[in-house]
Amino acid sequence: MEFSEDLEAFRTQIREWINAHCGSDLRGRSQDATAIAPGADNAICWGGRNFNFASATQRNWMEAAAAVGMTAPSWPKAYGGAELSRAQVKIYHEELRAAGAPVPLQSFGIWMLGPALLAFGTEEQKKHYLPQITRGEIRWCQGYSEPGAGSDLANVQTWAEDKGDHWIINGQKIWTSYADKADWIFALIRTDRDAPKHKGISFMLIDMESEGLTTRPIRLISGKSPFCETFFENVKVPKQDPNGMSRIVGELNRGWDVAKHLLTHEREMIGSSGSAGPLGGRSIGAIMNDENGLQDNAPLRHEAMKYEVDSMAMGLTLDRYKDMAKKGGVGHASAMLKYEGTELNKRGYELLMSLTGSDGAAWDSPHGELASEWLRTKANSIEGGTTEVMLDIIAKRVLELPYK
Amino acid sequence: MESLLLNEDETMLRDSTRGFLDANAPVKAFRNVRDEGTGFDKGLWREMAQMGWAGVLVGEDHGGVDMGHRAAGIIAEEMGQTLVASPFISTAVIAATALRNAANARAGESLSAIAEGNLIYALAIDEGAKFAPERTAMEAAQNGNAFKLSGKKGFVAEGRNADRVLVLARSGGAAGEAEGLTLFDIDAGRAGLSREAINTVDGRDFAALSFDGVEATGDDVVGEVGGGLAALNGALRAGQAALAAELTGLSSGSFAMTASYLKERKQFDKLIGTFQALQHRAAHMWSEIEVTASAIANAGRVLDANFDKAELAVSLAKARATETAKLCVIEGVQMHGGIGMTDEFDMGFFMKRARVGTEWLGDYGYHAARVAAARGF
Repeated sequence: MEFSEDLEAFRTQIREWINAHCGSDLRGRSQDATAIAPGADNAICWGGRNFNFASATQRNWMEAAAAVGMTAPSWPKAYGGAELSRAQVKIYHEELRAAGAPVPLQSFGIWMLGPALLAFGTEEQKKHYLPQITRGEIRWCQGYSEPGAGSDLANVQTWAEDKGDHWIINGQKIWTSYADKADWIFALIRTDRDAPKHKGISFMLIDMESEGLTTRPIRLISGKSPFCETFFENVKVPKQDPNGMSRIVGELNRGWDVAKHLLTHEREMIGSSGSAGPLGGRSIGAIMNDENGLQDNAPLRHEAMKYEVDSMAMGLTLDRYKDMAKKGGVGHASAMLKYEGTELNKRGYELLMSLTGSDGAAWDSPHGELASEWLRTKANSIEGGTTEVMLDIIAKRVLELPYK
Repeated sequence: MESLLLNEDETMLRDSTRGFLDANAPVKAFRNVRDEGTGFDKGLWREMAQMGWAGVLVGEDHGGVDMGHRAAGIIAEEMGQTLVASPFISTAVIAATALRNAANARAGESLSAIAEGNLIYALAIDEGAKFAPERTAMEAAQNGNAFKLSGKKGFVAEGRNADRVLVLARSGGAAGEAEGLTLFDIDAGRAGLSREAINTVDGRDFAALSFDGVEATGDDVVGEVGGGLAALNGALRAGQAALAAELTGLSSGSFAMTASYLKERKQFDKLIGTFQALQHRAAHMWSEIEVTASAIANAGRVLDANFDKAELAVSLAKARATETAKLCVIEGVQMHGGIGMTDEFDMGFFMKRARVGTEWLGDYGYHAARVAAARGF
């Protein structure tokens, strides 16, 4: 399928395509992947060997999209994408929202590994791994954090001992989202214990079915969660696959460069707080006007106004920064998006909880799974680099305040 | 709508504006204006007019450059950076917008003179301590085509130096009603009009105006009799957007001073910029300026693209700008410590202008409430 480069023609074309391929039973549901709620496991299409499709229409929608490169629309066609421009991708997402259609496939492969491979992978790695991702065949998870490596991420201790043609890996990862459901993991593994801590890490690709690799889900304050602990106990990983393709992305011991690149990418994404828009699409105005007398509650009304002002300004800032990224990059300033975006989102959910009062305090309320979402937002300013780390980055990298 | 980033022409405008102001109107120049008590430097304003700034919103048929509201915002933002005192907002933005919409022969003459930098306008609305045009009580007693204006106006920017005054008065209805207001454009020297300087903390030209039976006719009315708010609203939006831009420039200007101070001041044998407590506050300030800058750019863009529907965008910009400016000047003084409190140091100028700019044309509460109303509550 050839997509038109004329943006208005493209909009019409993509609208018709969505209507032709996205089943009506998929429309109009929440699709905010950053606020993963209990029981919503397969409301989002994650793909993978073991994915339990919610319905045949969900599967058809994914496959129809994959067939024309629309599961990773900005990627090159050679790797399963559709090579759309940023403007086209933006229109695509606008039309998805307008149609109430879910993104056909979401995954850490699309968000994280794909961009890493596109920037650092070899040609054969790209040709092998990327189409598996766009077709929803392999589901990836991300193995970065460890119990002793949170904000100090470069302190990873999970170690790959060099055994000639393979490594033996021992250690533990934590906060590996959906590790229990993933087929493969991309992980930061220490491959040189003697080098300075940033210089001895490799970005490694590991099959989750490897012997000695186990996972255990973590329950969060918000209820069930996608997060797991992942344990490596004498896990054998070949250095190369039979066809000679490396299991390392980028150079050996230079995995930190890949990780940093991805973290910047991740920050821009978290800053934009999910595809459903702020507050899971809820309207402060509508809740303010309900029959609970909120209009007479001056302090809450003030908070609501302030939130609306700041939230609109943040939306404009995301637009402005997207355009800036298009023109040549945002660099360390993406830390600002992450900082402002996540703190605002937390503030918005605190406000929602106050506005919805005792209704909101129940796990099931007329406002959906608000309580769970509210609790989940507390992690926004921790994951992907804490607020404090973001402020450090801005102070040191953007403002160039002195180290000593 | 166009991107919120500066386009090529706008980048050139910003650079040339900055270049001119750095050379001709650094903060030191404002200090002289403050010391001399003149409100603003008329010679400097004529130079700015030669750069095209006075006519930035005046059509080419009246000698203007007609570059639009985003451009006006860029100029205002740069002026805010170095605290330039000028009649830019009152005259080149508010009066030019109001007169352009009026489109009669006299308005045309005024527009030409504004673009040349030879005519200063003041806008007289406020009668109480808070901005609220519909609370105007000043009487415009009507007798056929003749009016007699009686009452007092306060907080009139450029009130001392203005050649002409746009004044909002009540030809009908009662204070608090949006109807019955009429906007007049009268010569500042007209009999019965007296003015007295108000010594505002920002050292700019503000005055209180007394109208003691000032005579006016239908020819002096801008827009319709009784339709004063309609005649004024667009001009107010334009002025509020430009003032928000100025405040954001002011935020950046004061922040730049603070950031350099953090890089040079030593205490406990260390540069104070190495202290994480200050680093995080500086990073927060910078982030807030970035977010506000988006709202400023957006207000200009919306005014240019859809002038009559720009109220939300403008109020959003002014609301954000007041809060950000307040943050930057309070933190600026605190991070400078004792020296920030001295008159010899410039930081106080930023704080004082921020206070006045916050109040002028509507404070945070006024504009946040308009945003909330537009958002359905």
